[in-house]
Amino acid sequence: MVLTGIRANTLKPYALWWLVFLLPLLPLVWLFEQAWSMNLGADPAQAIVKFTGLWTLRLLWITLAVTPLRRIFHWGWLQRYRRMLGLYALFYAMVHLLAFATFILGWRPDLLWRELSERPYIVVGSLALLLLIPLGITSTRGMQRRLGARWVKLHRLVYVIALLAMVHFIWQIRSSFEDQLFYGVILAALLGYRIWMRRNSLKRKNLLR
Amino acid sequence: MLIKRRSSIKSSEITPESVYVNRRRFLQGLAGTTALALTPGASAIPAYSLDKDQPQYPGPDWLQGALRDSVRNEAFSTDEKPAPYGNIITHNNFYEFGLGKQDPSQKAQAFKTDPWKVEIAGEVNKPGVYNLEDLLRPHALEERIYRLRCVEAWSMVIPWMGFSLGDLLKRFEPTSKAKYVEFTTLQDSEQMPGQRSFFSTLDWPYVEGLRMDEAMHPLTLLAVGLYGNALPPQNGAPFRLVVPWKYGFKSIKSIVKIRLVEEMPGTTWNRTASGEYGFYANVNPAVDHPRWSQATERRLPSSLFSPNIVDTRPFNGYADEVAGLYSGMDLQRWF
Repeated sequence: MVLTGIRANTLKPYALWWLVFLLPLLPLVWLFEQAWSMNLGADPAQAIVKFTGLWTLRLLWITLAVTPLRRIFHWGWLQRYRRMLGLYALFYAMVHLLAFATFILGWRPDLLWRELSERPYIVVGSLALLLLIPLGITSTRGMQRRLGARWVKLHRLVYVIALLAMVHFIWQIRSSFEDQLFYGVILAALLGYRIWMRRNSLKRKNLLR
Repeated sequence: MLIKRRSSIKSSEITPESVYVNRRRFLQGLAGTTALALTPGASAIPAYSLDKDQPQYPGPDWLQGALRDSVRNEAFSTDEKPAPYGNIITHNNFYEFGLGKQDPSQKAQAFKTDPWKVEIAGEVNKPGVYNLEDLLRPHALEERIYRLRCVEAWSMVIPWMGFSLGDLLKRFEPTSKAKYVEFTTLQDSEQMPGQRSFFSTLDWPYVEGLRMDEAMHPLTLLAVGLYGNALPPQNGAPFRLVVPWKYGFKSIKSIVKIRLVEEMPGTTWNRTASGEYGFYANVNPAVDHPRWSQATERRLPSSLFSPNIVDTRPFNGYADEVAGLYSGMDLQRWF
């Protein structure tokens, strides 16, 4: 009995880990299935790039939601999945860029250069991805320990990255700003929460003094 | 010499609808009975092999004869391979039905396009509101295979059926004051969900315009059909403009009003973002959209792993025919 009790305890977070590991893969599986069965319309390239871009944004936003959710609802367990969610955002961003370079530009060097030098929204998007890479590399526990306080500072870059990703998204508006407004409002709430927390903690410090 | 004569018998009286819905089957049936009516060498529309499971758009009864009698205009047709029918009817911009490329095909199926009235107004001697049927009656339809270049840097080759806009305009006798033509799309937010959107920056109804000499140019097409079928609702039924040397957004769909005017009319995209979309909107690889390059385009359908990227040509490859319209104009300025 005691043994099964221990087992259940170790199994539970283990199952949750698998859930968080597998769930973000579902969109990609769905995309593969749709592409395979020729269900992405007359321009599957554009559909794939758009889809992976949107999921990058979603995963980045979800990663940024971990801290507020954990604090507001006292969900301490959420914290341990933040790294995985963040890495998934990086993963989708890379798939997004690879899909763009392969399916839209065909890896033509002249086009790659042209897109990167002429299309400002692509420059901004690439910069966001570029900044995300060091965060991915330093996401391990070992790196976290080694960098200490500097790790926290470095990983604040995620706010800049989220803003760049938002600009990348806004810059593509043709005639409707519905989606951009939706994601913009959520980002504003996620970043606003941090500003609000910081101001509160500063106030508390001042009161203590 | 044999000259092709139009049959005076209504074709619907010869062939039951079930037969002529499918052009290939119709032609097979025709071969047995009225083969003599077809002149040898006359370029009849080839039998398009539309899959049975693809949606068919036979169009109103009154259009059947004209569609069937249409002949390809070889001089105005590219020999490039047309995009598959299924691609053309499921991938296009028609913001009245949503922003996604597949929205029009998904949301326009109930769009009522017959009966349809068109107003001819402004600087003409014979203004009035006409039934589309009456408007089209005198015009023989031609098939023309045109390249269509979207401002978003993708393109398709499309076999339209229609006739020159100029032939229509002449019938209404433009006055000497007619310098431009303004076109208006239907405004009906009941039927067009995109017009109800709170987030759209476009003003409805959609309006477009051409300079008089552009409108009178024989390449400027009023299309009523596609791939031997009537125009599907998502592609701008019952009739639309096709200006092959300009970006696709100039080719206004589901027209309800044609007004001849003295001053350059406002156009929808130009009003929304005048720095990005000009009145002329001639396809020009040397003038980029402020946010992206126009030097190349992706010709659809395009395979995923070797994208079909082609160089965009000045005036979309129709420079020999139309460049003269703009001689002396600074195309960087009048983009």
